[in-house]
Amino acid sequence: MSGPLRALVKRTPIAIVGAGVLLAGLPLLGLPAFYDSLLYLMLHWIVLATSWNILSGYTGYFSFGHGAFFGAGLYTTSTLLARHDWPFLWTLPVAALVAAVLGVALGAIVFRVKGVRGELFALLTLAVTFVIGTIVGNTPLDGGQGVSLSAVPVPKIGPTASSTFYLLALAAATTTLLIAWGIAASRFGAGLFAIHDDEDAAEVIGVPTYRYKLMALAISCALAGVAGGIHALFLSYVTVGEVFTIAVPLTVVLMSVLGGTRHWAGPAVGAVAITGLLYSFTAADHAIAGKAATGAILIAAILFMPDGILPRLQRMFDRRGASVPAVVGATAPVSAPSAAQALAMAAASAVAAPGSVSAGDRRGATVGTGAVLLQVRGLDKRFKGVHALSAVDVDVRRGEILGLLGPNGSGKSTFINVISGHYAATAGEVRFEGQDLTGTPAHRIAAAGIARTYQIPRPFAHLSVVDNVALAAMFGGVVADPAAARREAMTWLEFTGLAGRADARPDALNLHQRKFLELARALASRPSLVLLDEVLSGLTPSEIDAAVALIRRIRDQGATIVFVEHVMRAVMALTDRIVVFDHGLLLAEGAASEVMKRPDVMTAYLGTAAVAVARQ
Amino acid sequence: MSAFTLPSASLLSQSVLSGIFVGALYGLMGLGLSLSWGLLRLINLAHFAFAFLAAYLCYELASRGLDPLLTLAAIVPLFFAIGAGLQGLVARFAITPFNSLLLTFGLTGLVEALIQSVWTADFRKLESSYAEQKFKVGTLFVPVPELITLVLAVAISVAVWAVLRHTDLGRALRAAAEDAPIAAAFGVNQKANALLLAGTCAALASIAGVCLALSFTLAPSQIYAWIGVVFAAVMLGGLGRALGPLVAGTLIGVSEAVTMAVTAPSWAPMVSFTLLIVVLVLRPGRAA
Repeated sequence: MSGPLRALVKRTPIAIVGAGVLLAGLPLLGLPAFYDSLLYLMLHWIVLATSWNILSGYTGYFSFGHGAFFGAGLYTTSTLLARHDWPFLWTLPVAALVAAVLGVALGAIVFRVKGVRGELFALLTLAVTFVIGTIVGNTPLDGGQGVSLSAVPVPKIGPTASSTFYLLALAAATTTLLIAWGIAASRFGAGLFAIHDDEDAAEVIGVPTYRYKLMALAISCALAGVAGGIHALFLSYVTVGEVFTIAVPLTVVLMSVLGGTRHWAGPAVGAVAITGLLYSFTAADHAIAGKAATGAILIAAILFMPDGILPRLQRMFDRRGASVPAVVGATAPVSAPSAAQALAMAAASAVAAPGSVSAGDRRGATVGTGAVLLQVRGLDKRFKGVHALSAVDVDVRRGEILGLLGPNGSGKSTFINVISGHYAATAGEVRFEGQDLTGTPAHRIAAAGIARTYQIPRPFAHLSVVDNVALAAMFGGVVADPAAARREAMTWLEFTGLAGRADARPDALNLHQRKFLELARALASRPSLVLLDEVLSGLTPSEIDAAVALIRRIRDQGATIVFVEHVMRAVMALTDRIVVFDHGLLLAEGAASEVMKRPDVMTAYLGTAAVAVARQ
Repeated sequence: MSAFTLPSASLLSQSVLSGIFVGALYGLMGLGLSLSWGLLRLINLAHFAFAFLAAYLCYELASRGLDPLLTLAAIVPLFFAIGAGLQGLVARFAITPFNSLLLTFGLTGLVEALIQSVWTADFRKLESSYAEQKFKVGTLFVPVPELITLVLAVAISVAVWAVLRHTDLGRALRAAAEDAPIAAAFGVNQKANALLLAGTCAALASIAGVCLALSFTLAPSQIYAWIGVVFAAVMLGGLGRALGPLVAGTLIGVSEAVTMAVTAPSWAPMVSFTLLIVVLVLRPGRAA
């Protein structure tokens, strides 16, 4: 990270707090009350839109249920005020808590179901809004008539009641923006952005996706609950019909999409723009025109700025400042080191890096010992009728390259998917370094020291190449701090020859480079076992030679490799031992040159002579 | 909370019947939505705005003396063109499914503003020769406008099912929904088919709108009242299936009507949304 950028990162929270303090002086100017109300509404929507964005913008789980969490806070405060005579400010933490508990209860069910993403998650959360609204409306919480809070005194924080609401909302908005920024800049935020791009790949590199989603939802709900609590007293008369509607979620979605969902400040920009726009129309008594204009703006925004205002502006700014050296390029060595240098650096850092003693130990004891690292017994995987793996026993020894062969559909990739935790095994046992990993979630398997690549590369599309690798370093347990992780990532980009493309987006890489990015990402967590799923497929002969040399260097550092491959030249050159799968069964095991001569293996690959004739 | 009261057998069967009628309208409303979501990956919130715009047009023409059902002759081609135009826009800008939801929400706001500026925000009710007609079967009253809706919903759903199932066009549409580039490589004119299908979906919305005008009072704000329950019917029925929305809509309509008869009308929204949540959580693959 370059100097100016790091300074900016440090300055951001100070700027947020400074702006909050400055704006807090506004009521002293004695502006007419309606300014207070307009500003209150802007801040209110900043809280709601920004809090929504913490889950939905960062992870891509677009929720249409924000009205439910906002409403939960709103009714918590109004019930405590109207029935239990609580002091207003004490109701706000309870409102946050109730909303967060509701969110976590919902998330604990929904986030367990794999298919509920995108549109389905949006509709599900919308449905929850109506269910909760119906319950509130039919119980004494509301009673169907609404709750009046006109008798509740407004605390004297500002000189007038309207300025009190303004100050409360200002405090809430400042806090919300600080939290949103803090998350975006942290390891937690990096994990959320990874979930947005590819949740399975995120889990496989060690992001605890379920827990992270739940935490983001809890924070998002708590902040919406506070906004609801303040708004209850602001409205002073609350009804189910106006709270649990589709209007709240759609407004926050609109604001966030307009401002930009991948930036912590995007929703706030959108909130100010939309609130100002709607207010100018209603103030001039053109409510219908305002509705039409909002619709037209949304359409125009989706068509012409699908990423939002803020990313658009950033891109314009970046282009203008193109003479400034790129962020990571500034710290990267000017000339690419030779392969030998890179290897030496990587090997040195692998052993000597602080905080990675266990990884170093794993590595130190490796080469040539031949002890069993991964022990697989009776592994079974069934997909409804299909028996993808049947009672497979495999041992992987420390420091070896084990080739995994077999015709298409023989169960090789399923084997990798089960070992890495992508699929749960139907039966059988997986032991790694003596530890039972059967049924362990993928992110724990990653933390235990197993990394994998995907046959079709699955980079995080919205992150730069270096950030892709830095994520793996952060969540593989090597380094915790994002800046250190980027430095670590650069080492691995040099190792794989990608240092020159560190700032590129993955879609700007060719297939060969994307495959090497997969490798760099797998290696950045310093695994003791690497599962390579057809890294060579689709590469040209000279690219294959480069990849074979790279895989050798990975092993020379001490990592153990399981290598799924069809390219026989590479199998012969690299593997110490191979196992052959056929129809989910373990067919043969031994040195490549011997096993491939066995008639049953040849039949599995090429078919029998009789079948070949019959098909002609 | 209202006390449980066990309704009489005749009241209960009348409830079930009215549930079937309203469920048929849910199904008709959901049919175009389900086809466009399942086969075009276009989640068209503006479907509801289209239905209401058609309902208001029907109201306008009928108030000038035209038979409400005859207005279909003008309304259906008009909305076919609107739907095809929308699909053209979506294809031109390569809109993702989620952004199509936001885009068509913006469109809904525009149409709502249009309706409000032409017909005001007041409630409107279509007057026609058969609006109040009903006949008696045994102890049950059968209102004519609702019966028309039911017949139309069943006939259209079955027709769409037959086209999708048994014609080359239907096969091409289903193939393109599975994998558009591959289907195109096998000679399916995906662009033309998408325009045709999107036009048909909007035309279906307009037919649902005419049925809506026959038996319900209209107000621009009511556009949003239908979204939740019709989406529930679409997802319960399975995306892109012609008979799904009708079956699921009827199921929801009947369970709502029975809930209302047994408890209180204000509990009715619980039924459809609880059903939707249960289906999504237990069988998300069905809708995806």
